[in-house]
Amino acid sequence: MNFLIDFFGNPANWSGPDGIPLRFAEHLEFTGLSLLIATLIAVPLGLWIGHTGRGALVVVLSANAARALPTLGLLVLIVLLMGVGSTAPVLVPLIALAVPPILVNTYEGIRGVDPDLRDAAYGMGLRGGQVLGRVLVPVALPLILLGLRTAAIQVVATATVAAYVGLGGLGRYIIDGLATLRYELTVGGAVLVGLLALAVQGLFALIQRVCVSPGVSRRRKVR
Amino acid sequence: MITFDGVTKRYPDGTVAVDDLSLEAPTGEITVLVGPSGCGKTTSLRMINRMIDPSAGRILLDGVDVTTVDPPTLRRGIGYVIQQAGLFPHRKIVDNVATVPYLLGWDRKKAQARAMELLERVGLDPGLAGRYPFQLSGGQQQRVGVARALAADPPVLLMDEPFSAVDPIVRASLQDELLRLQSELNKTIVFVTHDIDEAVKLGDRVAVLRVGGRLAQLAAPAELLAEPADDFVREFLGRDRGIRRLSFVPADGLRLRTDLTVPVSAEVSSVRGTAEAWLAVVDSGGRPLGWVAPKDLPDSGGTLAEVPAAPYGTFVRGRDSLRAALDATLLSPSGNALAVDGSGRVEGVVTREALDEALARIAEDARG
Repeated sequence: MNFLIDFFGNPANWSGPDGIPLRFAEHLEFTGLSLLIATLIAVPLGLWIGHTGRGALVVVLSANAARALPTLGLLVLIVLLMGVGSTAPVLVPLIALAVPPILVNTYEGIRGVDPDLRDAAYGMGLRGGQVLGRVLVPVALPLILLGLRTAAIQVVATATVAAYVGLGGLGRYIIDGLATLRYELTVGGAVLVGLLALAVQGLFALIQRVCVSPGVSRRRKVR
Repeated sequence: MITFDGVTKRYPDGTVAVDDLSLEAPTGEITVLVGPSGCGKTTSLRMINRMIDPSAGRILLDGVDVTTVDPPTLRRGIGYVIQQAGLFPHRKIVDNVATVPYLLGWDRKKAQARAMELLERVGLDPGLAGRYPFQLSGGQQQRVGVARALAADPPVLLMDEPFSAVDPIVRASLQDELLRLQSELNKTIVFVTHDIDEAVKLGDRVAVLRVGGRLAQLAAPAELLAEPADDFVREFLGRDRGIRRLSFVPADGLRLRTDLTVPVSAEVSSVRGTAEAWLAVVDSGGRPLGWVAPKDLPDSGGTLAEVPAAPYGTFVRGRDSLRAALDATLLSPSGNALAVDGSGRVEGVVTREALDEALARIAEDARG
């Protein structure tokens, strides 16, 4: 508890290049950018593979690769290849981390839609794209959002590694605190990361509520 | 009219689902495709709206080969109802019904007004329009499925085992509803089922298919029951074929006796001496009360209202079949049936002798 009071009570921690607002903003930048790019890659790919049934192997490989991939190792490798100085090196491993859960869930969501429903949609005279956009996506949306949420939380937690290669973000506090034996920094940084993860969770609950049809989430009473 | 002209569907693995099928589904009639699983009935249906394309032969819709029409365009002009209804779970009932009008670019208001009209038409409370599919029972969902298929008023309706997933009571009411709708709409309907009773009840013409996708017989239900083409059809039709066939013979031809009724106000003593074994007692409005046997009447005063009457069975003349008349005779110890008019007034009595004559005529027909 004392660590928290020391950390959050210290005015020096609230301003300047080491201040909480700036570190928080940096953390959000890594997280937001890598999630955005991962989403732009994985959602269309997942929709396409799920809808056409072609390239399902990519999904399996990606899911397995995700388990085997050492984020920190990849980060160091990229830094060695590209050098420090931009945020790009930290984005690459974070994107690599975020793509598989989004891809797998989007694919499974689309593929898992009741075949009768797909059949009815085509039978009514919807074209392929309309079947995907007007029927499959709305019905698969809870799973697609689950993939995005899983990815977001993982990325929020893992973006702390940026600090290992001299970049900013909330990881700075954790690494620096350990290095300088100022444990209030480490604990404070960890708490901030945890809070951010909770906020992400809350944000997705809200998106789910707004975007998913009550007919799919079954939020209404049965008669 | 839908014409199958030598249609074959062969899959790459060599399986033949439909084998050289030629038949016609006449405009404004219900044609039922029936057969055991694996007989290609659903495949045949799905070739009409190009959910599947044939390997050989042609399917003509009013003379136009369906394979020359772009599938989505073709399908928007053909109503399609499937077994599990296949409603869009994320859309409200009204929007589900309006699916095809929306696709055709109708104004939203007009499409929804049409959807509301159809919900009523298929016997659903318009108050359900704002619900989602999961909030409806299976039978209600199936009605919505029918309404959705009818939304853009297509001349042709394809129904793939639409009622087989609901319980028997709901199924019977959905079947009656379909027949009522069809009497108003006169669509060209192709209906697939594995249930021969459903086929015989709904079909103007029934096509029995055998495993391997070959047509075994195409006939009107009464003809099918009377003259099955071969052992396969006979076996598929099942038991009680003779009795079931009576459903298609109108009871109008039965000889009626009008001298076997007595008013309930008659004196017991005046009836007791009658030579007839049974007399039907009717009230002042001509409605049946039951049967009395004159020789068993008590030796007492008073009117027939004071003596117990035996149970009776009725059928409606001009509407019911011979099967209903036969049923009515079996419901009474008198062995006679009461013929009533639409409002339930007794028109006369069908005796067992009269029924025997009618049954003998049918048996004579069966000799060919």
